[in-house]
Amino acid sequence: MDAQTLHPATSTGIPNRKLAIWTFIGSECLFFASLISVYVVYRGKSLVGPYPSEIFEIPLVTAGTALLLFSSLFVVLALNGCEQGNRKKFLGWLAMTILCGFFFIGMQVYEFTHFYHEGLTMQKNLFGASFFTLTGFHGTHVAIGVIWLLTVFFEGVRGRVPPAKALNFEIAALYWHFVDVVWIVIFPVVYLMN
Amino acid sequence: MDSSAQAHEHNFPERAGEYVRIGLILFVLTAAEVGAYEIAHRPGVPLHEFMHTGLIPVLVVLSAIKFALVALFYMHLKWDGPLLKGIFSFSLFLAVFVVLALLMLFIYQGTFSAIVGPLLGAAGS
Repeated sequence: MDAQTLHPATSTGIPNRKLAIWTFIGSECLFFASLISVYVVYRGKSLVGPYPSEIFEIPLVTAGTALLLFSSLFVVLALNGCEQGNRKKFLGWLAMTILCGFFFIGMQVYEFTHFYHEGLTMQKNLFGASFFTLTGFHGTHVAIGVIWLLTVFFEGVRGRVPPAKALNFEIAALYWHFVDVVWIVIFPVVYLMN
Repeated sequence: MDSSAQAHEHNFPERAGEYVRIGLILFVLTAAEVGAYEIAHRPGVPLHEFMHTGLIPVLVVLSAIKFALVALFYMHLKWDGPLLKGIFSFSLFLAVFVVLALLMLFIYQGTFSAIVGPLLGAAGS
């Protein structure tokens, strides 16, 4: 099957699926903007502890942030390999991306568990409610991204993602980058500006 | 068909070096963010006074640069057409507007009520 059959001409000149993922990303910007606003509005308004400065572990979250940033680099290198038909580069970097995603989720699970044992729950105070809602939704997006990338990885192992079908992977990669971009905003707003 | 021939056929440029350079810049900027936070919270270290008062603007600028680098280079917006750039820019504009509108609404709610409330009361009577 040639590239023309796989990606038929559109009136916009852009594949419809790529246009769709960008529109979806646009709507997600508004979704996370609302959650971030709520967190900022409720900042410092909790009447009882634990408060952010008492329980945040900045080194741990910084490591998670670095992993997510590196995963964005790895996924773009994997896409580059996929587009060039370099299967080893494609699958190797993609595996690294998925690994980083798992580590990030692990970091967040550890953090949430730790906070719970420190007495912070969604019902405890405004900080708990807004923090768990914001970072929980982001973590869910990361988990969905990992599942999506795993699907692409197994398809790649079976040889079903040739350069002509690189768009399938590019769409997943765009979603993954968006998850990273959202964390680029969440990390300073939630953890460093408290 | 070998990999270079396939890449040529589909016109995909080699950008691995550029991606790695951007990755390093992102890493340095993240380190700068955490460094700024540490300076702001440790009295006695150089630049503490400046960072203590200017931490938020510094973090906003650094994260905006990181955001732009990922969107332009990793998400390929730099090389994409105006339609995709427009969709993302418009969404981003709306998102920033939502954030600012909510902040204004809640932070200045008291001030707003104090000014407008009596005026509305006077108009009503």
